[in-house]
Amino acid sequence: MAEYNFLVVEDSPTMRQLISFSLKRLRGARIVEAGNGVEALKKLSENKFNLIVADINMPLMDGLKLLSIVRKDPNHSQVPVIIVSTEGTEADKEKGMNLGANAYLPKPIQTNELLRTVKELLKIGD
Amino acid sequence: MEKPESGPDLFKKTREFLEIFRKGEEFTQDLLKENERLRYKIVQLDEEFKALKKGMNDEGHLNELQETLKQLKEEKQALLDRFKEVEAENKDFAEKYVEVEEENNNLANLYVASYQLHSTLDFNEVLRILQEIVINLVGADRFAILILDEVMNELTAVVAEGVEEKRFRKIKVGDGVIGDVAKTGESYFQPDVEGFKPSHELDPIVCIPLKIKDRIIGILAVFSLLEQKSKKLNRVDYELFSMLAGHAATAIFSSKLYSVSERKLSTIQGFIDLLSGKGK
Repeated sequence: MAEYNFLVVEDSPTMRQLISFSLKRLRGARIVEAGNGVEALKKLSENKFNLIVADINMPLMDGLKLLSIVRKDPNHSQVPVIIVSTEGTEADKEKGMNLGANAYLPKPIQTNELLRTVKELLKIGD
Repeated sequence: MEKPESGPDLFKKTREFLEIFRKGEEFTQDLLKENERLRYKIVQLDEEFKALKKGMNDEGHLNELQETLKQLKEEKQALLDRFKEVEAENKDFAEKYVEVEEENNNLANLYVASYQLHSTLDFNEVLRILQEIVINLVGADRFAILILDEVMNELTAVVAEGVEEKRFRKIKVGDGVIGDVAKTGESYFQPDVEGFKPSHELDPIVCIPLKIKDRIIGILAVFSLLEQKSKKLNRVDYELFSMLAGHAATAIFSSKLYSVSERKLSTIQGFIDLLSGKGK
């Protein structure tokens, strides 16, 4: 069975739990959580991930800064990144996509939409 | 003058002529055989044709064929009907699958929300979690959480997101939509969220009483939703609101009770320490 390592970066424990809870519905999913960008970078140095889900507004280091660092790091530059945010305008979405995000999901997150996006990015069949 | 042929030459020619004649005879024999075979074939075909013609004209046989055709048509129709039934069943299953998926997602939201609400006994932490739930799970942009002062019979805002807290620092029970919900204990949902034009800044689109059984301890009032959230409330929102009405009230009440008891415990401990001389 294939294993998928996910890194969930979100400062809100409620959202972090909800995202992790949703991702756990995928077979072989292993979740690592981080409360901000700095914590996420530490986790990235310790593990290899198949996909990152990151919030934008976080203390210490926001999701966009994390995204730009990840894209410049040769070890993780190819890892798909999904950005989630309460900022749902087209401009916000464009900003995230221009920095190299693979998908942008506005909050409130719909679990099935998140799973569909993850499956698409990782090419996981139903 | 031509020289008469000699005996051996004549003999050779005669043999050649006889050979040609023999081959001609064999060829003729073959032709006769082939002719005979073809004649036989014609007779055979003729008979087959007659039989076929007879069969076609035979009314009984025709009826039989027509009956078979009818049966086949009926079978085809039955198969088509069954196909339609299976197709409808499939559609039904697909719809049910979507419903179950939606229900799973709703349950996940509700589970996470209630789990988080009861994960602490710190009053401020409970309020912060409640705030997170209303923003992240419901998609509210502007909202407020008010606590009921049963002695003064008025509501006090303890959380105000996107609205000035001082504008509704105190709301008397019975005043406006919020006060009315606090009085009746009945949730208020603006039926047309999309077309809603508030006459007052504090006109909510959703106002739910936070209550433990029939005792109201506060109010959650939502004034607007996030831009990207479809301008309507869906089933999960109503379920979240209904869950919040109970769980948020319990979490708020427990945390308040806990902080009071902690304070009392600390005071009693202080007295005990003083009386036993530990406080010196």
